[in-house]
Amino acid sequence: MAEWETVIGLECHVELNTRTKMFCACHNEFGAEPNTLTCPVCLGHPGSLPVPNREAITRIVKVGVALGSEIAPHSLFHRKNYFYPDMPKNYQISQYDLPVCVGGHLDVELPDGSTKRVGITRVHMEEDTGKTSHGSASGRIHEAESALIDYNRAGVPLVECVSEPDMRAPEEAAAYLRELRGLLDSLEVSDVRMEEGSLRCDANVSVRAAGTDALGVKVEIKNMNSVRSLERALTFEVDRQLAALEAGEPLVQETRHWDEDSGTTKTMRSKEEAFDYRYFPEPDIPALEPEEAWIEEIRRGLPELPRARRTRYAEELGLKAEVARVLVADRAATSLFEETVALGAEPAPSANWITQDLAGLRKEAVVADAAAEPTVGPRHIADLVALVADGTLSGAGAKRALEEAFRSGAAIADIVENRGLRQVSDAGELGAVVDRVLAENEDAAEKFRAGNESVIGFLVGQVMKASGGSANPTLAQELLRERLSR
Amino acid sequence: MTDALCDLTGGELATKIAGGEISATEVVESSLERIEAVDDEIHAFLTRTPEVALERAAELDAHRGTGAPQHAVAGIPLALKDVLATMGIRTTCGSLILENYLPPYESTAWARLSGHGGVLAGKTNCDEFAMGSSNENSAYGPVRNPWDLERVPGGSSGGSAAAVAAGEVVWALGTDTGGSVRQPASLCGVVGLKPTYGLVSRYGLIAFASSLDTVGTLTRSVRDAAVMLGAIAGKDHRDATSLDEDVPDYLAGLEGGVDGLRVGVVAEAFGEGVEPAVRDSVRASVDRLADLGASVGEATLPHAEYTLSAYYLIAPSEASSNLARYDGVRYGFRAEGGTDSIDMMFRTRGEGFGPEVKRRIMLGTYALSAGYYDAYYGQAQKVRTLIIRDYEKAFADFDVLVSPTSPTTAFRLGEKVDDPMAMYLNDIFTIPANLAGVPAISVPCGLDDASLPIGLQLTAPVLGEQVLFRAAHALERDLGLVLRPPVLAGV
Repeated sequence: MAEWETVIGLECHVELNTRTKMFCACHNEFGAEPNTLTCPVCLGHPGSLPVPNREAITRIVKVGVALGSEIAPHSLFHRKNYFYPDMPKNYQISQYDLPVCVGGHLDVELPDGSTKRVGITRVHMEEDTGKTSHGSASGRIHEAESALIDYNRAGVPLVECVSEPDMRAPEEAAAYLRELRGLLDSLEVSDVRMEEGSLRCDANVSVRAAGTDALGVKVEIKNMNSVRSLERALTFEVDRQLAALEAGEPLVQETRHWDEDSGTTKTMRSKEEAFDYRYFPEPDIPALEPEEAWIEEIRRGLPELPRARRTRYAEELGLKAEVARVLVADRAATSLFEETVALGAEPAPSANWITQDLAGLRKEAVVADAAAEPTVGPRHIADLVALVADGTLSGAGAKRALEEAFRSGAAIADIVENRGLRQVSDAGELGAVVDRVLAENEDAAEKFRAGNESVIGFLVGQVMKASGGSANPTLAQELLRERLSR
Repeated sequence: MTDALCDLTGGELATKIAGGEISATEVVESSLERIEAVDDEIHAFLTRTPEVALERAAELDAHRGTGAPQHAVAGIPLALKDVLATMGIRTTCGSLILENYLPPYESTAWARLSGHGGVLAGKTNCDEFAMGSSNENSAYGPVRNPWDLERVPGGSSGGSAAAVAAGEVVWALGTDTGGSVRQPASLCGVVGLKPTYGLVSRYGLIAFASSLDTVGTLTRSVRDAAVMLGAIAGKDHRDATSLDEDVPDYLAGLEGGVDGLRVGVVAEAFGEGVEPAVRDSVRASVDRLADLGASVGEATLPHAEYTLSAYYLIAPSEASSNLARYDGVRYGFRAEGGTDSIDMMFRTRGEGFGPEVKRRIMLGTYALSAGYYDAYYGQAQKVRTLIIRDYEKAFADFDVLVSPTSPTTAFRLGEKVDDPMAMYLNDIFTIPANLAGVPAISVPCGLDDASLPIGLQLTAPVLGEQVLFRAAHALERDLGLVLRPPVLAGV
């Protein structure tokens, strides 16, 4: 059986979170009432003209600089012509052979901890379309009796980032997408929410005999709206292509649609049905010719990028690689961590509290749909770390204090006092609890005496429980051992 | 018979209004009466706005009563070609597809005139989406030439030119993509100015070919053209292609004369296809300029022979994209009976557009298609660059260039409708200025044997409007033509 190699390239669309749209002064905002964020320009009214948004151009240059792209000294907008009701002008202002950013690369951390460099072909600027909902029971376009169009999204600035076909497995593509998302998040150019469509991704995938250079028959997959669905879709598609090749069946160049529910890809259109977009230079917009000094200013203003940050956290702050990765992937968590460390807190335990317990609480809140303003700030984390370090709080007590702070926003010191969470390190006070636990757990005590050492863990747990989490576990164990060895 | 107020020039009226001799209301009433009297025959207007005009005139009179100074366009009735967006006032582009379209915003050129006190008398007829040279491509029927009602007024701004010629308004705005202001000006015996590309904002000019479209003026004197341009020119942040230039006082230096002016006569513009009367009249005018002190020589635009080919690739290509938005989804006409949204769009376009528009959309769609782009659109852009260089070379030796505006005087209705090439040849002398983005003006220089007006075109380098006005004004004053079309004999 032949050895096969998978070849994957990604095209990612990123909605920029500029204040206004790409070519008009309408607000750029997700989730507003349909058709409330429109004007003659973004509705394509006769005689209206597009004027490029300087902030959007600044942001794409920022992305290009962060990806190591060449910022073109001369780039052009082109019109991409095709008819679709949610595209107000029936052409999209995009870029063609002269994009803003040319070349570049993204260093991607793979699941095994190694790093892979993925080439960037180009990054270009364009505008988003409106959104159509078809009014039919089946939801199918051809059976629809009406179509409702919301043009709020029409004209939102969109950056398209095209990678080289450098990825060799679905996991690599997923890692690339995560890395890109983290990079864009750190640049604060986009909300990068795949579920809201502010980050969208199409994949080109083919397989070829290992060791050959020529690319196999390329299939484009659309409609993946999470990193996980990208990985699932690619896995399905690679298997499908391999099965066809192994069976000697020909593959066709086509666009396929990922169906999340069935976990399969289905043909959308073949190469023969592909559109002829009749690209030509947009006559309403002069060429973009950014000055070198302006690009340099943007370069100097770049924040620390995720990869550099991860390395610094691991090498200088002593964070575990996995903790650094999880932390840096989340911009809010990263800034909380930075602010906590700035207060003088120990980095490693701070990172652990943020990425584990706090992240867990946030996730629960989201599930319960109770997500509100963040109540836990750097002072909470720093106090928590300090109080654990000096023995005032046990791990369990600290956990309870954090939960309380997450609910109420109260200061850690107040919570510890009001809830009586101070760790009991007084042998006399704790001794009474230990005696009671031993009296109630005679079986366990017997087992220990008979040589079953591991039972001590259970007994410590019972002491913690009986003390409402306030017992110092080290002292509890000492006291237990002392009494059991009498 | 004495002139009515509406037969005076803008300059004359502004003086009388400022002096308290007449009111804006009187001028506007005179204009509205003229429209009532002649427009059923001429059909220059698609929409008349008498109530709006009178209301505005009354406001201006009240305002002037306070002693506040007013702009030279204040209180003077004007018309706008129906491709310029007017908020809440029907704007059709001469097309069924925009039959009931009410723009939700104002075009910049009109907003500026309106802000200065310009009074809108109505929206004028034109070839559908400004595609045509005779006004016969209007979905609402043709305009008739005030000089001979059996003849065309030229196009595509035929309604604006005819309205100005017949005194229905004092002046008007048109648009010029390949000669659509200058050619009808020539055929109707009025002054037509196409400014430098980008000097007047295109915001609200409903696009035909974006890289060629300009807003131009139709007036009864060169001086009026200078006043109008001064009122509408200048940077507009809503148009990314508008030039960031200070607008000069176009009246300053208007009387400077042509002594020492270097005038180049375009050699290629006097050959086959040019009517002898046109040729002779333009030649005689050039002699007048020489007598006035200009130094006259022969200029050459060697790539002019490729003008039509390049234009009829670039303009339809851009048009095919610009006109894609008329699909019945958001505004305008929507066809009945569509089976789904795409089918509805096809039907709307099939029923809403006229034959010439469809012809150009098809031409442009083909020229931009994969595999043909380089041979057609790409090649045409190269020719365009060569024509720009031709002008640069010519303007190294000359301050202005002279040619006929149109090879012929007004032709008969129906004469060229079945022969697109013959129709396209009308614009052979006007298109190069659009391809190069340079300003040009058509001024009346005589009448042919049938008493039809002849136009002379002057062309200047980019932003050379002042020299254009100075030369045109000198010629106009020297010729002293009295241009009163026969249609006015009965009023």
